[in-house]
Amino acid sequence: MTTDLAGGQVIIEILYLIASVLFILSLKWMSSPTTARHGIWAGEIGMLLAICGTLLHHGIVDYKLIFIALVLGTIIGVPLGEVAMTAVPQRTALSHAFGALCVTLVGSAEFYLRAPDISRFMMAVLSLEVILGGLTVTGSLMAAGKLQEILPQRPLTYKGQNLVNFLLLAGALAIAVTLVRHPEARSLFPFMILIALTFGVLLIIPIGGADMPTVISLLNGYAGLSAAAMGFVLDSKLLIIAGALDGSSGLILSIIMSKAMNRSFTNVLFGAFGQVQAAAAAGEEARPVRSATPEEAAAILSAANRVIVVPGYGMAVAQAQHKVRELYDALSKRGVDVRFAIHPVAGRMPGHMNVLLAEADIPYDRLIEMEEINGDFPQTDVALVIGANDVTNPAARSDASSPIYGMPILDVDKAHTVMVIKRSMNPGFAGIDNPLYYLDNTLMLFGDAKAFVGSIVRELTGGHG
Amino acid sequence: MNSSSNLINALFIFVLAGFIGFEVIRRVSPLLHTPLMSLTNALDAIAVVGAIVLVGEHQSTLSTVFGFIAVVAATSNIVGGFLITDRMLKMFKSSRPAAKPAAKSVGK
Repeated sequence: MTTDLAGGQVIIEILYLIASVLFILSLKWMSSPTTARHGIWAGEIGMLLAICGTLLHHGIVDYKLIFIALVLGTIIGVPLGEVAMTAVPQRTALSHAFGALCVTLVGSAEFYLRAPDISRFMMAVLSLEVILGGLTVTGSLMAAGKLQEILPQRPLTYKGQNLVNFLLLAGALAIAVTLVRHPEARSLFPFMILIALTFGVLLIIPIGGADMPTVISLLNGYAGLSAAAMGFVLDSKLLIIAGALDGSSGLILSIIMSKAMNRSFTNVLFGAFGQVQAAAAAGEEARPVRSATPEEAAAILSAANRVIVVPGYGMAVAQAQHKVRELYDALSKRGVDVRFAIHPVAGRMPGHMNVLLAEADIPYDRLIEMEEINGDFPQTDVALVIGANDVTNPAARSDASSPIYGMPILDVDKAHTVMVIKRSMNPGFAGIDNPLYYLDNTLMLFGDAKAFVGSIVRELTGGHG
Repeated sequence: MNSSSNLINALFIFVLAGFIGFEVIRRVSPLLHTPLMSLTNALDAIAVVGAIVLVGEHQSTLSTVFGFIAVVAATSNIVGGFLITDRMLKMFKSSRPAAKPAAKSVGK
């Protein structure tokens, strides 16, 4: 093919090519914490080259407005990069919304610039772009609102919910098909966007906090796919590549998360989350539990050789990670081997616990994934559960009637002693009772995670210097 | 004519890039899944290039306004995304260089 590209255009394309390579390297270097920071540099250089290349574009007549927008974006972006680590899940959801907003707006602008002179294929891809983009905008905003607790975290379900969602999606697709066949029907376009936006809201309404890791991953995937679709519309190879990378990242994470929650991937893909209808609150037979004081807990911990800490969302809510670090220090000083067991869906987004514990300066080689550490529980003296519930529920292994039956869990019940820090006996998010709490080797430590861990630390350090 | 061969090229690129993405991201340590997501988010904001052209070309008021908002949104993702990914990765430290606590026996 000998298409004649103008000289400037060749330079732009070469810059884009270099940027694409840097983007791939950037992700490749994320494979290990030792090389990950090179990954950021590669990504940043790639981004800079791509933006500079774009500014060379011959069609650009107005630079002033571009720079104002770039500066404004930077002003908004810096505080978003400075948020506290506990706010990372909602920040991530918000940035999915921003990314999708960009894609949806560009897609809409392109439609009005081109229609009705638009090929059928282009119109189909453009529709895909704005539908995926639109639902990701509102879906991510809803997710961010739930995570920030502006919106109620409890899943909201009503009769015929799936039917309503299905009809909406079908409506958006029907408009897309009409536009593909009759691109001159421009007045239909806003309705397609409107339906996509509504669909995004309704998609997230039935979703509760525990499903967030899957949902955030999925929205990440949608954002990536819509960006790739935008690449098709603009015939930009760089955008197709970046979108495909982001899309596959989101999809892989969604698959990992759905496996960790024992949901089929198709179930997740079509947004049928949160269908864990709160198990009929079984007849409240007040079963006895054993509880312990911080002094007793400290004594048991300091007598142990091997301790595994199991952190969950409750640790994040109580902001207990720094106290946990002090506990880790105090026990390590006494020669106790302390490790952390990380369940893939612990917290509100993939890798949430790792980031919080790393922030508290706990070395990452102490953070062990579920598959790797599960075999070690029988040789463990104490499993200390801090703010985790469903991911430790043995009913997932044994009770076929449990809504979480089949979900892979951390086998904390196999440790010699289990200690669970928990506010009260209220069942967790999904309203599922946890038989772990009634076992003979389980001690309940009732209280706020941060305060309780703090008192254990005081006992440990006060006692023996 | 030209557009259909462009389309085929684009499909090739999409499929191959998806493949590379799948293989590369499968190898990312679960330890780094949160920074991975914020990084891909920043990279995804490369959509800014399309928005920049929209603003710069000034073809219609609507396209300029939409493009302007799009550039702002994408830029904030680029800046915020890289910043927070860097902050997160800085926090991940290994205990090995300072080979210490766990090995020691119970002194006192």
